[in-house]
Amino acid sequence: MSKESDRGEKTRLKNIYKIQLIGVGGQGTIKTSTIVGEAAMRKGLNVVMSEVHGMARRGGTVVTELKIGEAHSPLIEEGAADLLIAFEPTEALRSLNKINCNSFVIVNSAPIVPFTVSLGISEYPELSSVFDELKAKIKNLSIIDAQKIAKEAGSIISENMVLLGAAVATPGFPVDKDLVIQSMKENLPLKSIETNLKAFELGFKEVKK
Amino acid sequence: MKVKEILTEKEGEKLFLLGNEAAVRGALEGGVSVVSTYPGTPSSEIGNVFYKIAREAGVYFEFSSNEKVALEVSVAAAAAGLRSFVFMKHVGLNVAADSFMSAVYTGVRGGMIVLSADDPSMYSSQNEQDNRIMARLAGIPLLEPSNPQEVKDLMKFGFDLSEQFKIPILIRTTTRISHMRGVVNLGTVIQGKEKGYFKKDPSQFIVTPVYVVKMRKELIEKLKQIEEKTEKSPLNKIIDKGGREIGIITSGSAFNYVMDVVSENNLKVKILKLTFSYPFPEKLVLDFINSVDNILVAEEVEPVMEKEVLAIIGKYNIKKKVYGKLDGTLPRIYEYNPDIISFGMAKIVEKELIKREKYSTKLSLPLRSAILCPGCPHRATYFALKKAIKKLKLKEEEIIYSTDIGCYALGMEPPYNMGDYCISMGSSIGIGCGFSKATNQKVISFIGDSTFFHAGIPPLINAVHNKDKILLVVMDNRITGMTGGQTNPGIPLDGMGNPAPEVSIEKIARGIGVGLVKTTDPVDLKETEEVFKEALQFEGIAVVITKHPCAMITDGENRKKGISIKYTINQEECTKCLICVKNFTCPAIYIEKDGSVNINPLLCDGCGVCAQICPKKAIEVKKQG
Repeated sequence: MSKESDRGEKTRLKNIYKIQLIGVGGQGTIKTSTIVGEAAMRKGLNVVMSEVHGMARRGGTVVTELKIGEAHSPLIEEGAADLLIAFEPTEALRSLNKINCNSFVIVNSAPIVPFTVSLGISEYPELSSVFDELKAKIKNLSIIDAQKIAKEAGSIISENMVLLGAAVATPGFPVDKDLVIQSMKENLPLKSIETNLKAFELGFKEVKK
Repeated sequence: MKVKEILTEKEGEKLFLLGNEAAVRGALEGGVSVVSTYPGTPSSEIGNVFYKIAREAGVYFEFSSNEKVALEVSVAAAAAGLRSFVFMKHVGLNVAADSFMSAVYTGVRGGMIVLSADDPSMYSSQNEQDNRIMARLAGIPLLEPSNPQEVKDLMKFGFDLSEQFKIPILIRTTTRISHMRGVVNLGTVIQGKEKGYFKKDPSQFIVTPVYVVKMRKELIEKLKQIEEKTEKSPLNKIIDKGGREIGIITSGSAFNYVMDVVSENNLKVKILKLTFSYPFPEKLVLDFINSVDNILVAEEVEPVMEKEVLAIIGKYNIKKKVYGKLDGTLPRIYEYNPDIISFGMAKIVEKELIKREKYSTKLSLPLRSAILCPGCPHRATYFALKKAIKKLKLKEEEIIYSTDIGCYALGMEPPYNMGDYCISMGSSIGIGCGFSKATNQKVISFIGDSTFFHAGIPPLINAVHNKDKILLVVMDNRITGMTGGQTNPGIPLDGMGNPAPEVSIEKIARGIGVGLVKTTDPVDLKETEEVFKEALQFEGIAVVITKHPCAMITDGENRKKGISIKYTINQEECTKCLICVKNFTCPAIYIEKDGSVNINPLLCDGCGVCAQICPKKAIEVKKQG
């Protein structure tokens, strides 16, 4: 697709497509969301996104919300997300209020246990019970070992691109794959782009197999 | 998108911009010459972008020592005929308020915009103040954008308006606007004038009673003229969905939620969006009130417009119901969202609104509290101080820890529990002075380097002069850390990345006459503990500067040099005493399911402090590169 035809083209989605991303500080949640948002813009769609900034919060929960289509506010109504991308298993549970029985959900199976668990002031639930609960509630669920796949692709840091690839492969995702790839190239460092593209493709195949 | 594109992308193109980034582009399209700030979330990214592009853009930019100074820099530039832009978080305007109030009286010659980023729900702030009230207190025209496109467009509009009426303009964003991304259509970047010239006129720029009496009258006259503008401004628009049962008056983020709820439920309402919202357009609102049966006011945070609407209703003796915060239709506190607006509107419209099933979990989820980063030098400072206190057999519960605004306030969390009082920038020292006089308890105050420059020096002078007994720990991590890493007067770089004189905290303390001043590297735990022991026994005011770069800096430098230093735990030596986990609490150190203690190599920063605290010397370094 030529650059010109991607831009300025007046496209309208019939419905607003709503994506929630949730992860832990340092996992690249905001970067992943921005890639999707810019790709949607390239397609000529309206897009709004909300991201968290604030205090130095390495290790804190990071939530971003995207609405693609004719929306004004970037915040997703409870139970209204079409797609949830959870970068960590328990974080998927934290976003349960945003999804419904028809939502597509991508969950990274690799847990990140916070220091509060070591300190004994909070608990990390058994992973199997986390997955059981997700399976019981969500029919369109893909649990993906993004960490392992990212390692295969060449770097554990590409975990977020594995999840992005998986998300793009879900039915109804409103932005074409090649536009997302173009957006990745515009947003990620040149030296790691090969690894990231590989991670993205492996993630894509994980859902499209 | 690359940051540079905010400057270089051409007219007619689109960028997916953060509200804060859009403010930068808007300033550039408005031909800004001078930009100043003190970093504060949710406004910080505006400064981060200017830091990267100001030189290339031919704009002067600085991180001033505090918001009052920042405002003064910009207001002087505007008095000299240049266009200027000063921005800050909402509470920053309190610091700037003294000059802000008078600058509205004196007025400006070049266009000047003051942007205040309010923080409903207090995601990273100490209060929820609504600076639309500040606009009314000062008598400054107010613009309230609802999305990044509007942020950008209002900057340019604001400059023109400011020059037309020779008055600064206030733009009020909220966290959800500053940190919202949206598609922004770009206009042309205009190069601002490089230098202005200040034509003297004491009757305009000296606020002695003789002159301000006249200025006050002029200000009220200006506001009257500007009100005529707000009455007719296309920025204040009516969206008619074809019904008159409810008329909704709204602004800012609340407008977005109203629109989404109205669209989704196909509600037949009439909406008045006020973007140019002060001086309040009385006639426009009166006409709107007359065109509907009842009114809902949707706004964040205080019932500011709601009271204006009630005043109009009272003035014209209208019998209509006003729904909003005051009658409980919408909540008085915290940020809104589509669900809150929907819940409120469901109470007053005839129609059944969409309600969705809502999942929840019964599993208890792990707490991801904010914590000092791995490699953070503040952790070492707290650890060493705690040890010194223990060695001197001081009773910890008898010590008052007066802390300040910065990452180090996290020292209040377990296991350190070193934070008892914190109310504002620089308050650690003034509060310390008060406790030192009011009690016989030992007072330890904590302040960061940037906060010290911002508001720490006058109270330190006070402490010396009034012979207060305080141990002041200046945690100098060579950066303004919590807001994402900006330069400050203690760093040899200015706001544009040019070399700059480094202001010495140690020399300031000595110059003021502090009895004991010591600088130590907190990562050297032993030395730091000794310094603290001496300072804790000093009679009078002692200042200890714990100086070590923020982990964000060391991480970046190591990455550039290709150095990777990681620590590991020798499992044969480890006795699982858990001092590193429970007493030191570095988030990189964790307990495995089998009970063994490990270091996560992805998180380890290589500071090596844990190796110093391990009684069995079981923590070893692994160096690469």
